[in-house]
Amino acid sequence: MNVERLRELAISDTGFVFDPYSGFTFSVNETGRFMLQALKAGHAAEAVAAQLAEAFDLTPSDDPSRDVHEFILMLREQQLLPHDDDREG
Amino acid sequence: MRSSPTVAVTGLNATDNPGPGVAVLRALRAAPDFHGRLVGLAYDSLDPGIYHQPLGLSAAYLIPYPSQGLEAMRERLFEIHRQTPFDVLIPTLDSELPSMIALEPELAAKGVHLYLPTREQFDLRSKARLAELGARAGLDVPETRVLSDVRELYDVHKDVPYPFMVKGVFYGAVKVNAVDEAVHAWHQTVAKWGLPVIVQQHYSGEEYDIVAVGDGRGGLIGAVPMKKMLLTDKGKGWAGVAVKDPTLIEMTERFMAASHWRGPCEVEVLRTHEGRSLLLEVNPRFPAWTFLSAGAGQNLPWAVARLALGDAVAPMRDFKAGTMFVRISLDQVTSIDRFEQIASTGAITFEKEKDPP
Repeated sequence: MNVERLRELAISDTGFVFDPYSGFTFSVNETGRFMLQALKAGHAAEAVAAQLAEAFDLTPSDDPSRDVHEFILMLREQQLLPHDDDREG
Repeated sequence: MRSSPTVAVTGLNATDNPGPGVAVLRALRAAPDFHGRLVGLAYDSLDPGIYHQPLGLSAAYLIPYPSQGLEAMRERLFEIHRQTPFDVLIPTLDSELPSMIALEPELAAKGVHLYLPTREQFDLRSKARLAELGARAGLDVPETRVLSDVRELYDVHKDVPYPFMVKGVFYGAVKVNAVDEAVHAWHQTVAKWGLPVIVQQHYSGEEYDIVAVGDGRGGLIGAVPMKKMLLTDKGKGWAGVAVKDPTLIEMTERFMAASHWRGPCEVEVLRTHEGRSLLLEVNPRFPAWTFLSAGAGQNLPWAVARLALGDAVAPMRDFKAGTMFVRISLDQVTSIDRFEQIASTGAITFEKEKDPP
């Protein structure tokens, strides 16, 4: 997954995110910030889901993998991840 | 490097549709190397910049509107120069640039230096020649038609489909969705700005503006792109943030390379939802949000003053993305004496007073 744009994001402790390329700002909650940091670090989607489950005590029924994939879709909509990158890993 | 020149700046109308003069003066005042004097040149005795104490103006003068002709401008500038000699003049309004470009040699002979585009460069970036500029610079531009007869408007949608923008040759833009709206916008535009009228394809997307300075040889001295965060009802940026999208700098460099632009300008770019980066227009002067450049690490007004004086200024590329501006409206309290002085004599000198303006 090409995370070049994610690496440029300024992410504060409160979850406030500034994209210095576009000038857009948005906020993420605690789990969102966790996923953003993990993806920014270059971890694949399934690895992020596993880390998320461990960090937030999630069970398989919580389906952390679905959350991560939905989050990735949102990042694509914001053009923070490339649309044509289907590998997610 | 001369650190204490006297710099005169126009455009002190800091209203809700502000002229850039106050921003340029603030940037000069904020430059650590600048120890000179500042002179304000205003068109109206109530231009707010005249009364803005933190600028520390040495003097302010009224000058004639460009519509009063070149001779009136020449005489007034020379008279002001006799009273308060200035070394650099930074005009900040589109409408005064043709006069200033024409007067540049005479002003230079009196020791007044400007850093302006040539008339050819100035004309190249006019709205009517956007397509030509785009082709020369290799920049994507919206489909544009320049019309001089209202009858052309009825067929223009075959080339430029609705919705499109109806733009005045100097200023103003109205989005229209059908021919009746287009005809209405045409008459409004012609009444205000005359002919021709520019019809330009409308695109949805995000607008970015870049304040930049060209070296006159095709190079870029400095540039700071900005994304507007809040607009007034006139579409003017009331808040904005410096961004570092390299595409915006590259587009500005292409414009400079193609035009050999000399001096300040504002490049307007639309990033469409489909990912196209369209050059919308190039304004031939500093924008009103120019102070952001100084705050972000590139003091472009000070660079222009130094370039005008013949100093070598190294290209600047670094700036701090995320630097923001948020405008404010506030009431400046002053004495009626000051208004009386500028209104009745066309001049006000602050240096003899104990307190600043």
